[in-house]
Amino acid sequence: MEHAAHNPALLHHFADAQQQKNAASLGMWLFLVTEIMFFGGMFCAYLVYRLAHFNAFAAASQQLSIGMGAFNTAVLIISSVTVVLAVKAAEAGRRKVLVGYLVVTVLLGMTFLVVKGFEYREKFERHHVPGPTFNFTDKFDDNGKQIPVNPKEAELFFSLYFAMTGMHALHMIIGCGLFSGLAVLAWKGHYTPGYFTPIENAGLYWHLVDIIWIYLFPLLYLISRHS
Amino acid sequence: MATTVIPANRAPAPTPKVNYLNNGHTLKSWLLTTDHKRIAVLYLISVTTFFFLGGFFAMLIRLELLTPQGDLMQADTYNKVFTMHGMIMVFFFLIPVVPAVLGNFLVPLMIGAKDLAFPRINLLSWYLYIIGGILISHVMLTGGVDTGWTFYSPFSTEYTNTKIVEAGLAAFIAGFSSIFTGLNFIVTIHRMRAPGLTWSRLPLFIWANYATSIIMILGTPVIAITIVLVAVERLFHLGIFDPRLGGDPLLFQHLFWFYSHPAVYIMILPSMGVISELIACFSRKRIFGYKFVALSSIAIAVLGFLVWAHHMFVAGISLYAALIFSFLTFFIGVPSAVKVFNWTATLYKGSISYATPMLYAFGFVGLFTIGGLTGLFLATLGIDVHVTDTYFVVAHFHYVMVGGVLMGYLGGMHFWWPKISGRMYPEGWAKLSALLVFAGFNLTFFPQFILGYVGMPRRYWQYPPEFQVLNVLSTAGASILAVGYLLPMIYFLWSLRYGPIAEANPWHAAGLEWKTTSPPPTFNFDETPVVTWEAYNYDEIPDKELEAPVAR
Repeated sequence: MEHAAHNPALLHHFADAQQQKNAASLGMWLFLVTEIMFFGGMFCAYLVYRLAHFNAFAAASQQLSIGMGAFNTAVLIISSVTVVLAVKAAEAGRRKVLVGYLVVTVLLGMTFLVVKGFEYREKFERHHVPGPTFNFTDKFDDNGKQIPVNPKEAELFFSLYFAMTGMHALHMIIGCGLFSGLAVLAWKGHYTPGYFTPIENAGLYWHLVDIIWIYLFPLLYLISRHS
Repeated sequence: MATTVIPANRAPAPTPKVNYLNNGHTLKSWLLTTDHKRIAVLYLISVTTFFFLGGFFAMLIRLELLTPQGDLMQADTYNKVFTMHGMIMVFFFLIPVVPAVLGNFLVPLMIGAKDLAFPRINLLSWYLYIIGGILISHVMLTGGVDTGWTFYSPFSTEYTNTKIVEAGLAAFIAGFSSIFTGLNFIVTIHRMRAPGLTWSRLPLFIWANYATSIIMILGTPVIAITIVLVAVERLFHLGIFDPRLGGDPLLFQHLFWFYSHPAVYIMILPSMGVISELIACFSRKRIFGYKFVALSSIAIAVLGFLVWAHHMFVAGISLYAALIFSFLTFFIGVPSAVKVFNWTATLYKGSISYATPMLYAFGFVGLFTIGGLTGLFLATLGIDVHVTDTYFVVAHFHYVMVGGVLMGYLGGMHFWWPKISGRMYPEGWAKLSALLVFAGFNLTFFPQFILGYVGMPRRYWQYPPEFQVLNVLSTAGASILAVGYLLPMIYFLWSLRYGPIAEANPWHAAGLEWKTTSPPPTFNFDETPVVTWEAYNYDEIPDKELEAPVAR
């Protein structure tokens, strides 16, 4: 109790700082479980429809830009590294380094979103956005072989593409906001080697959003190409 | 850390001047509170409001069905009325009622903690519930929804022009309220137990809420994304569930029931936890087969995720899938039956008293048994084809949800009312209302089994005249049931002012919640208790009649 009384971050209903940290960390992990279930519904729909309409999904998948997708994957993996370094910096009590890594993480997240924006723009220009103007005429694979495609089924692919990447982008936006807030608080010196749970937990969230992309990228961009 | 060993049968402490109820009287001190007990009271007020709103729609349904013709309302209105009844009762009453009111109040008290692990998230979850509630009220007042609470596609995504998106948003937000409650409970039960309170010493109410919380955090996100997909499909005309665009309406049903079947266990499990507490206390015995009862809650939570497609036997799923889901549905009867048999075995050679909470517990066991056994009828593929979408199904799930959940909830409310309010309720009136509820309930819903079996479909506003006698019985029962539900509301309010002051432990019950004052202080315990005894150590606690009366 004596030690606890000196820790301003300790909330009244916890016996000690360790209990508080354990509770916060378990809470975050459980929240991540709910996120996995949330995305799981869409992954389930994607897998069911990919099995049902394989040709259309393969043809539609070929229209995605692997280059931009791969670039974004690299950006996110690097941002996961900077998050880990931020947690390390917080543990070591190096305030300016911590703020630096948090800011870099936000910038990488924004880079991802900007590239995603360019990808979406391309989809608009080529009428690959589901709706009344949807038009899917590219029915040839890389070898010039024609693929029989029902445009309605291709539209379903793009529906799921926008639903899944859109929901992922929303999580990225929330993550960028979260890390910006943490950077401000870290600059003000809220986090010490004795208390940096929010940095750790936000890092867990960021890693999960990364991992979801690590699954989205092959499922949407890669696995249907077999040239 | 300052701790003290509280003897198992310590004399009740005198009521102190300051408790959680009178610690602050301003509106702000309630609306911005992070005290789990005050949040439980906020939930109590709001779920009661929605219960009576949902009950109002139930009465409209029963009045319309009093006669074979549509004389009170026509099809469109009737569709909206039963949809609002279902949505309000499921999302705004049955799912939150026991965890958010009794669970919120009791989980920290029962495990000797000062509060839930995340008090502010707890308050947030109440606000989310209220925002969802305001939205659903808005939907109700500006046109309603006519799909039934199940939102089946393609009717919901394509054809109906009622307020699907708004109603879905209300359920979505209320769902997050339930996710946060579940998350809070799991973390609290893992991390905040008092010293000495091992898992095998936990009250069964805690086990039940733990199992419920698992379902809440695993199931609710799936219904959330399903609602999002329905909304996106309606707003942007995507084809996710539309067969003309390559989608599959069956996928909607799979995703919907993946949550909504476990959701009935979210409703019933906490009530089962309440019943375990009541039966142990009023037969003055340790619960028979504690470990089996505790683990059966977990088994129900796990198996509950594996039975959803029994709602879809006639929807065109493969026969082999139907066989497996039929088997699994029979299988989940096992842990449910473990509970019923163990409660009954606890009564054997117990010193049983018939206080109001125990009457509700008896009612629960009877009604849940009927509800559960008719569930086995529905798990049987052949019978299910005959009675799908008839009143047999309606009667079955009302026996479980209303007969089960409400009996457990009201039993628990009477049992813990002295702890919550610091006052005793009037025993005579309470016994009368328990009997009215039991009689009214059976009169309302038993005829519906027969109606369904002889072929009356659900969700119709009119019916052939030969069904009228049973429908009149059902409506008469609903009127008795309404009186039975209104009475506790009146005498609980009455007791706040005129009820006798409650002792710390009026039932001489086991459990940490009875070892603090009634009502408890804001931080529950003056000193963190250390638990040295097993759960339900009734052999160490003197019975009420054997002890000299405690001066009030």
